[in-house]
Amino acid sequence: MADNHAVKNVLELKNIEKEYFGNKVLKGINLTVKAGEIHALVGENGAGKSTLMNIIFGMPVIQNTGGYAGEILLDGKKVDIKSPNDAIDFGIGMVHQEFMLLPGFTITENIKLNREILKDNPISKIFGPSLKSLDIETMRKDSQKALKELGMTVDDWLPIAGLPVGYMQFVEIAREIDKQNMKLLVFDEPTAVLAESEADKLLEAMRKLAAKGISILFITHRLDEVIAVADSITVLRDGEQVGAMTKEDVSVEKIAQLMVGRKVDRIEKVTKSDAKDDKDIVMSVRNLTVHMPGEKVKNLNLDIKRGEILGIGGLAGQGKIGIANGIMGLHRATGEVLKNNQPIELNNPRKSIENKLAFVSEDRRGIGLLLDTSIELNIAITSMQIQDGFLKPLLGIKALKMMDDKKIREHANKFIKDLDIRCTGPTQYTRRLSGGNQQKVCIARALTLDPDILFVSEPTRGIDIGAKKLVLDLLVKLNVEHGMTIVMTSSELGELRSICDRIALIYEGELQGILGPQDSDVDFGLMMAGEFKAHSKEVV
Amino acid sequence: MSTELKVTNKKENKFNLITTLAKYSVPILFTIICIICIIVSKLPLPYIAMELVSRLDRNLFLVIALIIPVLAGMGLNFAVVIGAIAGQIGLMTIKVFDIGGVPGLALAFVIATPFAILFGYGVGKILNKTKGREMITSLILGYFANGLYQLVFLLFIGTIIPVKNPELVLAGGIGFKNAMELDLIKYALDNIINVPIMGIKIPVFTFILVALLCVFNQFIVKTKLGQNFRALGQDIHIADVAGINVDKTRIIAMIISIVLAAWGQIIFLQNIGTMQTYTAHEQVGMFAVAALVIGGATVTKATIGQAIIGTILFHTLFSLSPAAGKNLFGDAQIGEYFRSFIAYGVIAMSLFLHAWQKNVAARNKEKLG
Repeated sequence: MADNHAVKNVLELKNIEKEYFGNKVLKGINLTVKAGEIHALVGENGAGKSTLMNIIFGMPVIQNTGGYAGEILLDGKKVDIKSPNDAIDFGIGMVHQEFMLLPGFTITENIKLNREILKDNPISKIFGPSLKSLDIETMRKDSQKALKELGMTVDDWLPIAGLPVGYMQFVEIAREIDKQNMKLLVFDEPTAVLAESEADKLLEAMRKLAAKGISILFITHRLDEVIAVADSITVLRDGEQVGAMTKEDVSVEKIAQLMVGRKVDRIEKVTKSDAKDDKDIVMSVRNLTVHMPGEKVKNLNLDIKRGEILGIGGLAGQGKIGIANGIMGLHRATGEVLKNNQPIELNNPRKSIENKLAFVSEDRRGIGLLLDTSIELNIAITSMQIQDGFLKPLLGIKALKMMDDKKIREHANKFIKDLDIRCTGPTQYTRRLSGGNQQKVCIARALTLDPDILFVSEPTRGIDIGAKKLVLDLLVKLNVEHGMTIVMTSSELGELRSICDRIALIYEGELQGILGPQDSDVDFGLMMAGEFKAHSKEVV
Repeated sequence: MSTELKVTNKKENKFNLITTLAKYSVPILFTIICIICIIVSKLPLPYIAMELVSRLDRNLFLVIALIIPVLAGMGLNFAVVIGAIAGQIGLMTIKVFDIGGVPGLALAFVIATPFAILFGYGVGKILNKTKGREMITSLILGYFANGLYQLVFLLFIGTIIPVKNPELVLAGGIGFKNAMELDLIKYALDNIINVPIMGIKIPVFTFILVALLCVFNQFIVKTKLGQNFRALGQDIHIADVAGINVDKTRIIAMIISIVLAAWGQIIFLQNIGTMQTYTAHEQVGMFAVAALVIGGATVTKATIGQAIIGTILFHTLFSLSPAAGKNLFGDAQIGEYFRSFIAYGVIAMSLFLHAWQKNVAARNKEKLG
């Protein structure tokens, strides 16, 4: 770097804006990455980090939804990145969060995937270049060079399957730096899957690359890593750029606070909380481990109090979604779940429902609803299956049960009125309902089971703002008027803080801590980033 | 020709009896059954050897035709039936024009090839629309093609396609007869070079062709195209992201397989000497798949070695089971039942094992994570 005094800007973003269907997700982002700089991009889920990455990498999703506004400059020249291939041609590389590696291929074959070095043979001269032979020797030489640059000594002819996860990450990076003209490397949460020592090695490699003059855009939520390697930091929140700092004036607390921000709009409950007995635990979860892909829960312990609204928060992929899915038996789980001190059989959704638990899934259209079935049947079906509700005997024979159409219709009409489901009638297919109304049908079905504990996951995802408020109000009403215990999982911290009594924050599948809705932004930010234990003394 | 190129992994060098046995469980099991069959059938060994040589000669080409689709992640290609149909179109043509001997056979190959390429392209196109369900789709496509085949050669011959030869056409003047004598090309290929060893005629030239096919397969794997096949076989999504033209590569794999199957069927029928016009192709897919699977291949992995071992085992069983059945139960028919039980059973078992292994792998992955 000594000879590179006039540091030029490799990437400049000027006033980038992006709308999805009238919903502004990026509001004028400005960002500059200099040559050989490590630039960290920090923010909550939904802050706009991935949208920004998609723009830089020319992902089709951006073009398909009307493109973006603003300018991208590479080496000072305005460019228009239309596809990932364009991005690669411009010298932008991406290290994906999930590995794009073929397990049965060797390291070299993966590094050179679809960029194999070929040599002629007699047959290829007749039948065309696709029958050229692979030049394995040169390929291996190249790969060894790339691996060496990362400070990695490993036999490049080993298959990927069986390598430690950390090595796989390095192979991904080696693939990117093996490409010619690599200028800017985007790391999308690269340390999320790594153990600490591996993460340290990765950070070391990043520094090495930066020293070679490759610029790095580093997306992460591990704040200590940001402090450790980043030269400059941009913080996003709700599509806005809320902070831009250099490494000289940064601290973990400062980033945490900027990341979360204060946006709490609390729906005050006509609280019965004084009547609530703090020691009345309705459910205790012990050593719960859930094997939900991408949302793993590890040895979680949590108590749920009778009559409360418990929020479960955390960043995407940290395991908050897995908790309810595990308790409801939808994903394989081990551990112990006690309801009123009685154990509930895990991995059996039927048993969970029989124990008066109900679940409104985050995957509304996938497993939440029968999309090509009427509203009334959607509301009644779980009850019919599990509780023998809405059934009548055929010709007085009890063994032959028939659907009780009249009862189902009455029941559906009642909920349509109570929950204000906007529809053409109880026989409308749920596929044609708007997101908010679909969510209400899901809640209606859960309520039909008359549950003791209602689990609601991401209740407002994909719903417009007006409907969001209605759904949240409904949850509060159920809690206050019927004393129903509600466990709400949400990615939107603001939403949790607006209605929950307590909020449990999950990081890497483990409980970081439980906060009250009025606790400080810094605490929330630190817990979400898994930094609370390390920094708690300084902030308290 | 496994999905990996040569891999030097220290862990694999450790010899482990149990894992080795588990790995080769299917061929070992069938070797044992074959030995029992040989003993029970009480047939003389030279006779068995002769049978085996002629069956290898007939079938090996068809079995090896299955390997490339497996490599490209398209599973066991039951659509080789359609390739067999293309081969039979070639044979019927030379029969109609009455061209025999080596020139006739060469003409049959030449005529069958464009049909096979066309069919392969069509099958590839359809399989690209049904990714993940290639095997069931190719199986049903085989049945569908059989229907079309009957339509064309039962109804169009003598009406739309003018063939008058009473030796070939049914008495009413419409449709080919049920059986065609192929004496004009019988052993045309096998007899080009034919060396008798201990009284057994070895059709050297056919085996040279098979060897060339093996070399071709090995060569393909080491080319860019082969690398694309292997990448597809591992993970179609990652291959796509890496910029490999997934659909085109799959179509090429299918065309190669179907063309090889067409040639294989011609080799098969020139050895048999007669063609059952409407049934000769029907079982081709099932038997070739069964042979490959008995050799230890799976839905995702197949090698030339497995094809050869599998063909030997399957056809030993196939030719001996009637005699064995007769000696054991006094009825050859029971042996016949036994062999179709084996053919279908082994395919079902392979599919089941494949699903089970996938499940176990997923569980193990969960545990690690």
